[in-house]
Amino acid sequence: MEKRSEAEFRGTAKRLGDVELTLTPQGHEAIWRFALDADRLPSFAQGIQDEGGQLLALWGSDDRHLNRGFAVHVAFLSSVGLIWTTSALAPDAPVYPDLAHVFPQADRMQRATFDLLGIKAEGALDTRKWLRHSAWNEDEFPLRKDFSPRPSPLAVDAYPFIRVEGDGVHEIAVGPIHAGTIEPGHFRFSVIGDRILKLEQRLGYTHQGVEKRFEGLDLATGAKLSGRVSGDSHTAFTWAYCMAVEQATHGRVPERALWLRALFLEIERVANHLGDLGYLGNDAALSFGFMQFWRLRETWLRQSASLFGHRYLFDRIVPGGVACDLNESGQVELIASADRLEIEVCELKAIYDEHAGLQDRFAHTGVVKPAMAARLGLTGLAGRASAQAWDIRAQFPQAPYDQLDVNMATARKGDVLARVEVRFAEVHESLRLIREIVKRLPSGAIHTPLEAVHGVCEGLGWVAGWRGEVLVAVRIGAEGKLDRVHPHDPSWQNWPLLEVGTLGNIVPDFPLINKSFNLSYSGQDL
Amino acid sequence: MSIGILLQIAQTLAAILLAPLLMGWVNQCRAWLQGRSAPPLMQPYRVLKKLFHKDVAIAHNASPLFRFAPYMIFSCMALAAGIVPTIANDLAFSPAADVIALVGVFALARIFQALAAMDIGTAFGSLGARREMLVSFLAEPALLMVVFTASLISQSTELPIIVETLAHREFAIYPSMAFAAVAFWMISTAENARIPVDNPTTHLELTMIHEAMILEYSARHLALIEWAVALKLFTYSALGIALFVPWGIAPRGDLAALPLAVLALLAKMIAGGATLSLLEATAAKLRLFRVPEFLGTAFLLGVLGMLIHFLLEV
Repeated sequence: MEKRSEAEFRGTAKRLGDVELTLTPQGHEAIWRFALDADRLPSFAQGIQDEGGQLLALWGSDDRHLNRGFAVHVAFLSSVGLIWTTSALAPDAPVYPDLAHVFPQADRMQRATFDLLGIKAEGALDTRKWLRHSAWNEDEFPLRKDFSPRPSPLAVDAYPFIRVEGDGVHEIAVGPIHAGTIEPGHFRFSVIGDRILKLEQRLGYTHQGVEKRFEGLDLATGAKLSGRVSGDSHTAFTWAYCMAVEQATHGRVPERALWLRALFLEIERVANHLGDLGYLGNDAALSFGFMQFWRLRETWLRQSASLFGHRYLFDRIVPGGVACDLNESGQVELIASADRLEIEVCELKAIYDEHAGLQDRFAHTGVVKPAMAARLGLTGLAGRASAQAWDIRAQFPQAPYDQLDVNMATARKGDVLARVEVRFAEVHESLRLIREIVKRLPSGAIHTPLEAVHGVCEGLGWVAGWRGEVLVAVRIGAEGKLDRVHPHDPSWQNWPLLEVGTLGNIVPDFPLINKSFNLSYSGQDL
Repeated sequence: MSIGILLQIAQTLAAILLAPLLMGWVNQCRAWLQGRSAPPLMQPYRVLKKLFHKDVAIAHNASPLFRFAPYMIFSCMALAAGIVPTIANDLAFSPAADVIALVGVFALARIFQALAAMDIGTAFGSLGARREMLVSFLAEPALLMVVFTASLISQSTELPIIVETLAHREFAIYPSMAFAAVAFWMISTAENARIPVDNPTTHLELTMIHEAMILEYSARHLALIEWAVALKLFTYSALGIALFVPWGIAPRGDLAALPLAVLALLAKMIAGGATLSLLEATAAKLRLFRVPEFLGTAFLLGVLGMLIHFLLEV
């Protein structure tokens, strides 16, 4: 899809929703925001879809303390960038029309929004709970401002799974506690023999009330918490949060800090891709690959620890800039280690490519066809492996990516092998970017204090994390504390596609398929 | 005869005591080949000791079969270890138990393993049992083909006579045994739950075959099963040695050859364990539905070995 001019988009949007747009660029030139009547949401969403766009995120907010009712917020991906619509809802019995029949990925987000805020999607087919297990009562909504918890019901967590009927069909229930030390999630397989007829996920076991915890925090502490939403995407979440805060407060970030943030993001991407490539080898029982990639990853993490003070770069990004600088000798060291890493990754790629047993496991396993990926909104790395060519670093680049000319890695087949190939390509591209960033790092300050806030203000951050695009929406209250923060992980859209990608495969291939997506539990359970 | 009984007891005890050592050696080699530092050679013994000191946790709905199975499996493997000549050819068991009985003993252990796995009724237990049956019903006939090839050469299904023929008669090259050897390696990976058929070190419960069957076991039950696994690997290695590199096993009545036989066994086990881990380190696990093809190939090679025997060696 080509980028269109703003005027052209205004025309489209007017036709779609018949709304008077107050398109407000949100600091990030590709983020637009406007208010939209809830009734017009489905037709607007349909218009976005006809145009080839996607729904990225859906969340709610309780605005009653601001003398309004509730609100439902939707983030759409379109040819002009990200469109953030806000629809005001009634203070009592808030409802909005169902969007899942246009964008199926909205389904779980709508259910979670109801669990947390009691905002109902009218006409939705699936109204089962999503994030609520037995931790709070059915008529309680933790994200409402007047929430005062009663003792939790401690009832058995009844959740009706979809049953597959027929001769010889049986269910395998896996998790939430697994044999390995991984995050908790329940997978209900309906199988005949070892062939999977249906997979249904039940998540929400790591729900910690992160969004509630944000309320009332100061901006700096909020940055720390946002980075801990999903530890493997720390930099992406913190940057997105800081971007949102800086938008809201009209803060200006020094150029050097922006470049360093991009550097951190690419370092994080490389570390995660190396880990995944190792795990993918391990899940096919090629421990050699696992050990080699994890050796490289460990060296890479230790380098981050010695250069920036933390293996996973925790809390290196702060509102207004970054918390640590890179000196001359560090620059030399980083470039040298990127060079070394590139050579080793090439060698290991040759081994992976030529290993017949491994290729047999990877190829044609866990296929998500491009058409299905487009219909269900597969995003990020997994999306690019199924021909969903979206990478905001390339299409809607913010500083410093607008000066870096990022090459997007895509594949068409949508199988495990495609996701492996995209990872290899992205490691190489990230290493190139790291060297480029280090060489062209502008001089200057790394931090500008944010100005004090007067009045309620909002912002949205949008960052290309390693797994996909991370969104953080922030509202700062009049007293300068956080009022509502919604972090959105791309796993929301991709979890349902894992169900689809598993169909027709065999049970023992599931771990491999799962790992090739490597989705976050805590990122979507919040 | 009394010497035969003594040797029989000595060999069986040696197999039981040394089996974890072979496992430790294989684990060490595998670690080195993966480029990491290896666990101590004696680690399997420590694991067994630890498990024997733990209290058993058992499911409420477990039947007596579940408690009984580990003892049965261990006894089967100990018996199997007694059937295969390792250092001396003078075995008291041999007239009673030939290679076909050996295959039967393995099958008996497997039946109990699978029944115990299904006993508690967890999804993984029956999943593993089902897969184990799929693998074994293909592996068993292939194993028989391999031993038949050796039996055709020696005109007997008794292992001491096979060893006698291959090692102590006039030296001859048997092309048929080359085919049988490849088939035997393929079968033994399947039977011992090794890569590429199964992965003994995985934590991914959905991919397991053997491990899925023993997920519910703990403490001494688990220790017996782990020991039986090591014993099975040892017995298979001994069987491989007896069939394909039998030189060094002391002939009947020749006690002076025993020290050399012990050294030969050690050397062969060290080399065999290293080879096994090398083959494992370079292979990925097969997709489960490729296992029938893999074992079908093993069967085919076994049959080819027999045909070649008739073509070239008769």
